[in-house]
Amino acid sequence: MWDYCGHSLDIARLRGATYADVRVMHLRQRDLTTKSGEVGTLGQSESIGLGIRVVVSGAWGFASTDQLTREGVAACAAQAVSIAKASALAKKEDVQLAAEPSYVDSWQGPCQKDPFEIPLEAQIDLLLKADAAMRQIKGVTLTETDMQFRKIDSWFASSAASKIHQRRVLSGCGIVATCFKGDAIQKRSYPNSFGGQHILGGYELIEAMDLIKHAPQIAEEAVALHSAAQCPEKKSTLILGGSQLGLQIHESVGHPIELDRVLGQEANFAGTSFLTLDKLNHLRYASPIVNVVADARPAHGPGLGTFAYDDEGVPAQCIDVIRDGEFRGYLSSRETAHLVGLQRSGGTMRTESWNRLPMIRMTNVSLLPGTWTPENLIADTDDGIFMETNRSWSIDDRRYQFQFSTEIAWEIKGGKKVRMLKNPSYSGITTEFWNSCDAICNADHWVLWGTPNCGKGQPMQTMGTGHGAAPARFRNVKIGTAFSNE
Amino acid sequence: MSPVNKTRSLSTRRAAAEVQLRPERELRAITNRVLRLAKSTGIPEAEVHVDEVIDALTRFANNTIHQHVAEHGLTVSMRVVVDGRTARVTTNRIEEDALRAALESAASLAASQPKDPGLLPLPAKQKYRAVRRFSPATAALSADSRARAVKNACSLAESRGQIAAGIFSSGQSQSVLANSRDLFAAYRQTQAEFSVTMQQGSATSWAKSNAADFRAFDPMALAKTASEKAARAENPAELAPGRYTVILEPAAVLDLVGFLFYDFAATAIQDQRSCFSGRLGKPLLGKNITITDDVYHPEQLGAPFDGEGIPRQRVILVDNGVPRNLVYSRRSAKKAGTRPTGHAFALPNEYGEAPMNLVIGGGKASIDQMVAGTDRGLLVTRLWYIRELDPYEKVMTGMTRDGLFLVEKGKVSRSVRNFRFNQSVLQMLRNVEALGPARRATAEESFEMVVPPMKINDFHFSEVTKF
Repeated sequence: MWDYCGHSLDIARLRGATYADVRVMHLRQRDLTTKSGEVGTLGQSESIGLGIRVVVSGAWGFASTDQLTREGVAACAAQAVSIAKASALAKKEDVQLAAEPSYVDSWQGPCQKDPFEIPLEAQIDLLLKADAAMRQIKGVTLTETDMQFRKIDSWFASSAASKIHQRRVLSGCGIVATCFKGDAIQKRSYPNSFGGQHILGGYELIEAMDLIKHAPQIAEEAVALHSAAQCPEKKSTLILGGSQLGLQIHESVGHPIELDRVLGQEANFAGTSFLTLDKLNHLRYASPIVNVVADARPAHGPGLGTFAYDDEGVPAQCIDVIRDGEFRGYLSSRETAHLVGLQRSGGTMRTESWNRLPMIRMTNVSLLPGTWTPENLIADTDDGIFMETNRSWSIDDRRYQFQFSTEIAWEIKGGKKVRMLKNPSYSGITTEFWNSCDAICNADHWVLWGTPNCGKGQPMQTMGTGHGAAPARFRNVKIGTAFSNE
Repeated sequence: MSPVNKTRSLSTRRAAAEVQLRPERELRAITNRVLRLAKSTGIPEAEVHVDEVIDALTRFANNTIHQHVAEHGLTVSMRVVVDGRTARVTTNRIEEDALRAALESAASLAASQPKDPGLLPLPAKQKYRAVRRFSPATAALSADSRARAVKNACSLAESRGQIAAGIFSSGQSQSVLANSRDLFAAYRQTQAEFSVTMQQGSATSWAKSNAADFRAFDPMALAKTASEKAARAENPAELAPGRYTVILEPAAVLDLVGFLFYDFAATAIQDQRSCFSGRLGKPLLGKNITITDDVYHPEQLGAPFDGEGIPRQRVILVDNGVPRNLVYSRRSAKKAGTRPTGHAFALPNEYGEAPMNLVIGGGKASIDQMVAGTDRGLLVTRLWYIRELDPYEKVMTGMTRDGLFLVEKGKVSRSVRNFRFNQSVLQMLRNVEALGPARRATAEESFEMVVPPMKINDFHFSEVTKF
């Protein structure tokens, strides 16, 4: 692979590139699903190719190919140069990159049990048993299970002499029980909705999730939701479960801090951000107990945003995003770091595949743990609502106003969970919401949740991001608006 | 739609695309090789999809090109049927050893599962209606040509003190599908898209078009539309949330109604997760609502066959407000005792099928006429971040974006801050007061469809944001 990298870089240089970087990537994927006791999807795929990014005449060009021959990669490099020259037709200023040393390294992410080595029969058997365990509950009308595994090898090289190989194995699984009754559809998911939990790691995740054990409970809850009271519409104290809080972080902290959005580069599609440059170090983003980091380092945990180097060869870092409630940092690339005067990129450029351009993506954007236990938090809440497991999410294109709904909620009265509520939702303005946070649970209850489906860019790229969170409490939050007719 | 040469500045003479799609015979040779390998390794039934894509995209922001990309890829996806079991393996390596290894993997995957009593044998040879959706001029559109069109849009923005962002993409693709029962289908198309956001102060507006032939739209005209609306969108007033009469431009209609597409799948009905469960044949929507799936409509794109190689049929899904028909894969059709309609996804999958070429019948009212006939309402350019709240009542949430305007006494009076909506699509389609001519629309939340603008009463906005 290094030969292809080196040859394409040589061709780019010969044709006038002042900077170039190249990624050869080999992606392997296995997808398994069941539905109502039958195997649904059963497939494997692999894809290998090369993408090269060049600066010529001060402008960017990128081309990709699956023709892994010397002729194929040379033609690809020449095409990238030609595209960069076309870009220069509408150039304002020359591209400049924040300085970064070169690196020669090889790194492999954590993986105790390679999921591609586990017998497929065992994987299907586990899913079918979890599926059957849900269908044992009377009233369940649809059951679904899934497992997904990916193995990604990437070879990165740059004209600045970096050569980095990385291997990342990603695993995920989840189950869903649905109940259609009367004029409503209710569902419950475990361990999270929209595909379950996903980590950087192997089959050990599947074993740890114990899908079969949890299947009856979520099936019972899906049926019970039909008899539950409607979540009221009011202002109330809100406690969010960890996975829902992970998505709240993703939407109302992770996206607004992307420097490409802040600088208007995503204005046509993903949107911009209320976090204009003047707000850095001058905005009280959250209450003083809130600390958020963007941490791609393996030490943060095996998240979907964990790696050793990003896809422009910058080492993984931990960025302070919110420190004691104050806004402290953005997600950056070498180019955007230079544009805003940072000394160095934050190392957040990531690409979905060999045929896509690296772009600023969340790494693991995590809320650091606090001091409470969930039991103490509930006992300390006189009147509130506990919501868990996301059902829908939506936020405006500058990341101010959001609305989330969850699969299930519990009313809290006098420090106790007293009854189940259906169709829960909450909404608010990002900074007002985060400033209302008055309690965060401790590290024993902190989970690094994986969001496997973050879409961004044109052409669209899907990326996995990590979000560490423990249950937390927010005061005076608008509840129940989503299902109100007023 | 007949392509018209509106964009003389977009010369394709400068450079024919450096990369061309392979001749169909080369893809057919790959399918033949896979089927021969399958036969020689004792796999009784096999199906092969070969897909080739050449795409390029010029992306701009802050009045300059900041991303500019091209890709070329080919994938071979093979499904085997062995002893009542099936599985699929996909690869982009086409050397014989790689194809053989992929076939063996597929056979191994298939053997790892219990027998599927509902699995059908592969379909036999079919006949297809021809569609022509390949524009050589679009296939040859060069990076320089796209860059020059982008530069013109950026120059317009600069001349008006605005900031432009967007994309200009062009591409070509082809697919062939063959199986061991002599079925063979082939399709190729081109596609081009121009999308532009113009920002003036803190206000933005947007315009976008998409077609098989880039000459069907005019990037400069789209840039002017977005520019003029951005100028009108400055200094928005804040209105109270509530129920409003709205005039939805086609992109806004598309992104909401598009969420219905999977509800028309027979498998969704059989799984009891469709909003049409228990409602087929009953008046559900307004009498002025007729929805068809029609891949042969002149403004549609897409192959005339489905993931199993069954010819796509035109299906009337909603007839004057009454949901009448569904789309069927072979499997869901057999379960329902009917015939497949040619809307299946490639097997194996758990979703079955879906209509991918929706056409919503239009009316005669122009947007200007709708505005003129509105005493108080809101003109909506586009919607954003739409998600489902209630799957059975089809309640969706989302935001307005890039130009929300107050209509008073028959005229657009001013811009207003963006709203969040929580609105049942079914209820909305019962409240349609007027429809405009249907046309191919493109936005960001749904795939392209042919839809009309609509004037709708009692549209529910629940909260307002800060801009």
